[in-house]
Amino acid sequence: MYKKTIADLAKGLRSGEFSSVELTNTYLDRIKKYSALNAYITVTEDAALQNAAAADARLAAGDASLLTGIPIAQKDIFCTLGVKTTCGSKMLDNFIAPYNATVVEKLNAAGAVMLGKVNMDEFAMGSSNETSFYGAVHNPWGVNTVPGGSSGGSAAAVAAGLAVCATGTDTGGSIRQPAAFCGITGLKPTYGRVSRYGMIAYASSLDQGGPMTRSAEDAAILLQAMAGFDPKDSTSVDLPVPDYSASLANSLKGLKIGLPKEFFGDGLNSEIAAVIENAVNEYKKLGAEVKEISMPNLKLAIPAYYVIAPAECSANLSRFDGVRFGHRCENPVDLNDLYIRSRGEGFGKEVKRRILMGTYALSAGYYDAYYIKAQKVRRLISEDFKNALAEVDVIMGPVAPSTAFGIGEKIGNPIEMYLSDIYTIAINLAGVPAMSVPAGFVNGLPVGLQIIGNYFAEDRLLNIAHQYQLVTDWHQQTPKGFE
Amino acid sequence: MSLMADDVKKIAYLARLGIDEQDVGSYAQDLSNMLELMTQMSGLNTDGVEPMAHPMDQVQRLRIDAVTETNQRDHFQQIAPQVEAGLYLVPKVIE
Repeated sequence: MYKKTIADLAKGLRSGEFSSVELTNTYLDRIKKYSALNAYITVTEDAALQNAAAADARLAAGDASLLTGIPIAQKDIFCTLGVKTTCGSKMLDNFIAPYNATVVEKLNAAGAVMLGKVNMDEFAMGSSNETSFYGAVHNPWGVNTVPGGSSGGSAAAVAAGLAVCATGTDTGGSIRQPAAFCGITGLKPTYGRVSRYGMIAYASSLDQGGPMTRSAEDAAILLQAMAGFDPKDSTSVDLPVPDYSASLANSLKGLKIGLPKEFFGDGLNSEIAAVIENAVNEYKKLGAEVKEISMPNLKLAIPAYYVIAPAECSANLSRFDGVRFGHRCENPVDLNDLYIRSRGEGFGKEVKRRILMGTYALSAGYYDAYYIKAQKVRRLISEDFKNALAEVDVIMGPVAPSTAFGIGEKIGNPIEMYLSDIYTIAINLAGVPAMSVPAGFVNGLPVGLQIIGNYFAEDRLLNIAHQYQLVTDWHQQTPKGFE
Repeated sequence: MSLMADDVKKIAYLARLGIDEQDVGSYAQDLSNMLELMTQMSGLNTDGVEPMAHPMDQVQRLRIDAVTETNQRDHFQQIAPQVEAGLYLVPKVIE
């Protein structure tokens, strides 16, 4: 049952093959059985069973959506009313959110059954899930390998069958890279497509929530419920949401795929390059035309990102001051001591590194040299995407330069860790949507194909991913030892 | 461009961020490495390029100036470290 997709399970729930309570119990048992993966921070067993019973009533009454009764994991960055929301940080270890994020509200309204809150890099800052206050998550595909990050708990939970699907967020690759490392399907929507209200902010001009699932068909179903204009998010975009499932069956004949030569340079593992080449050949068989393109400014995405994201992070995280909520130090002698020690004790090393970097980049005398320069580079990177997407329909390439690396392998070298997002970061700077789709294995570890589209072309991306999944079975592979 | 221990302490104070004395050196090294990475940007001519703050160059939406929120002070203060009579308590600021 745990290998089934939302689409399969929705049928089973309607035919009476099983109830949502039975389904939810299956997943709750699996979460306990495989707790060594450390995918969950909080399991909401009682609420899940109550909501599953309510979902069964809705199904019986014929008042159900495709997600009604489907067990889902929420990344612990989304605020959940009455349930601890930690963002992977000691700072919020005692934080019970006083409201629901819009994404949580929407999924609850659709009848999805939340199993709990899943692990993540602290404040979504990391590419391995090792910066979490709650410890590293293990990749179900390889003992002692990372699941990727920051949505590592989401990816590991879906891959190991500890949830049917999960929410994730992506600021520089945090949905796509863990999806690639764990062999699942992940979609980062266009900036503004999914509400950021109640999604704890890291870098507000880059952050975007999206679905992490077992198939593109499931991603379409989950995104359908997550997307849409939200007056509570000042950067939410007021455009109608198309029916994402309706275009899945469209033919790919005549699809123009661009392969940026900058994605296939020296830094890419040759076995991964071969997997991507095979995937592109599969698309040729489906009627696509392939063209080499050039995006000369992509190489500056990492430096620009590591100015812009820390700058926004340093401003966003100034709200954690030990006064209104979150961690407060013992016996502060004065207000400065309260701020300095509460923040010093509450934040981990990577978060501190980025606050320091951002504070420096925004400080008097350095603002123009770093922050304004990075914003100008951001514009040129975004123009590379606009030019490329005027020439081709989608851009394809790898998600990450390697497969899942070992726990402890890169955590001591921040720059090396940052470089593992080399193919994903530019997409956030431009704000366009992109997916990771399982495309093969190297030494038993999954490899993801990245598909990048134009603004608000999520329907096209899902269609392109789905057509590939109809002729391949990479997305149906499951890790051993989780039966 | 590289940063020294004193620079790191100054930045940490600007951010009101406590850092362990024994970590100051490694932060200085990490930040210097990041700054070195950023020098790659100086090779690109950005004269006349408009800085980009938002992916769609969207401006902040305006709304009608009407009360839409209800007072939830008690609800929000349930998670505060220290409150009294509806007020957040912090150490004395003015002697």
